[in-house]
Amino acid sequence: MAATLIFWAIVLLTVVSAAWVVLSQNLIYSAVSLLFTFIGIAGLYVFMMADFIAATQVVIYVGGILVLIIFGIMLTHRITHVRISHKSVQRGIGALGAILILMGLVKMIITSPWRVIHSPDPVGTTAGIGKLLMIDYLLPFEVASVLLLAALIGAARLARKGD
Amino acid sequence: MVDYLVVILSSGLMSNAHPIVVFITAGILTALPIFLFMAFFALAAVYAERKVSAFMQDRLGPMGQGAGFHAGKWGLLQTVADAIKLVIKEDIIPAKADRKLFILAPFIVFVGAFITYVALPFNQVIMAADFNIGIFYILAVASLGVIGIILAGYGSNNKWSLYGAMRSAAQIVSYEIPAALSILTVIMLVGSLEMQEIIMAQSGTIWGFLPNWFIFNNPFTFLAFFIYFISGVAEVNRTPFDLPETESELVAGFHTEYSGIRWGFFFLAEYAYVFIVAAVASIVFLGGWQSLIPGIMAGPGWGLFWFFAKTGFLFFVMMWFRWTFPRLRVDQLMKVCWKFFLPFAFINILGVGIWDLFVR
Repeated sequence: MAATLIFWAIVLLTVVSAAWVVLSQNLIYSAVSLLFTFIGIAGLYVFMMADFIAATQVVIYVGGILVLIIFGIMLTHRITHVRISHKSVQRGIGALGAILILMGLVKMIITSPWRVIHSPDPVGTTAGIGKLLMIDYLLPFEVASVLLLAALIGAARLARKGD
Repeated sequence: MVDYLVVILSSGLMSNAHPIVVFITAGILTALPIFLFMAFFALAAVYAERKVSAFMQDRLGPMGQGAGFHAGKWGLLQTVADAIKLVIKEDIIPAKADRKLFILAPFIVFVGAFITYVALPFNQVIMAADFNIGIFYILAVASLGVIGIILAGYGSNNKWSLYGAMRSAAQIVSYEIPAALSILTVIMLVGSLEMQEIIMAQSGTIWGFLPNWFIFNNPFTFLAFFIYFISGVAEVNRTPFDLPETESELVAGFHTEYSGIRWGFFFLAEYAYVFIVAAVASIVFLGGWQSLIPGIMAGPGWGLFWFFAKTGFLFFVMMWFRWTFPRLRVDQLMKVCWKFFLPFAFINILGVGIWDLFVR
């Protein structure tokens, strides 16, 4: 009962803040709203018993990507100006794209075979994820690592002017 | 803890109430002690900080002397008076600030600190919730504070606030990495992220006399403790890493424009983070509630004592740093993190892996 209440509260938080990300005219408000969307999604992962993914969501998206987004906004040339706005453009194409994505998602939700877990006790997923990453999916994992390393070296190269 | 309270309440006092009311009551009963503890710890920590700094500088610190109202013996009530002053002080929001962000920022910083306490084991039994991913949860939600700090700096519409916030965010994001990698060395040895299991793995002795804490376990975890602790000091922006607040350059950094209770929230959160860094260091590397002499003084009451003794000692070391070391420059700060701590943290992980395979 209480769990249901919390679930719907999290859903409301996620959806309302995600809508605010898109609808807000102020860039920094969109970024802040994204914070609540990310936290809401982490909450939804908790309800899917994916504890490790939920914490990873917070570490990567809130602690990393959102900080980068806000830094990006603050490092624009109008740094001391509080109001940086963004307008909606190309509404027609945007609406078309949104509807297509929505249709795709709805089709996927309806057709995918959902597993219903009956035991309410959370089972740790960390060890399982670790074993899968290091045994079955080692190559994709390493490729992703190399890609990130390349991005890191590239960023360092771009940051060093004149060399 | 909440589930436990729900069971107790619904079978006893609140047997007729609606389940949601019982659940909310249980939640409040779990959360309120954490809040009170945070407030009390901030008061005690400020008093300790003032006294320690005074003794290190050959002064007396707050003594509360004089006729009429005075702040108790040895100035014990000084911070209480300061807290009351903060609460009744005028709340000022600058006219050109971004009102919404300005109001939101202290709450994000505070909530980030508050929800971290949920996973802290104070002794064998006192713990709000023992997650599967305890330590990872703490590292994850502690990163919420960064967003609040950036918003405070940006929302204030003040160049000092903004510079303070940028420095603070860059510093926290950088030092999170060696801190997390240092904790990873211990997680590799334990094979679990659960807080109580990490503490349980540290029972017993090494060579018959040293407590089997991870700091003494092998040379790599010994080094990892110091990397974690120094990175932790940097993460909470304390001297010698207090660049975000440099009084001589930036007034007060990201909270320059804040006053009254809003500033109070930042203050409370700052000391809460200090406590968390000391507590995590003592849990992961110093055995948490495990006794200094294994087997002796081991009950839950003593557990509480050992936890607070270790955490308090680490907090004292932080104060010691603060009144001993001069502040680092920005380039030195980044150099320490990326060129020394990060490579050593990686070597530690490799070393612990080799140690675990061949030596143990």
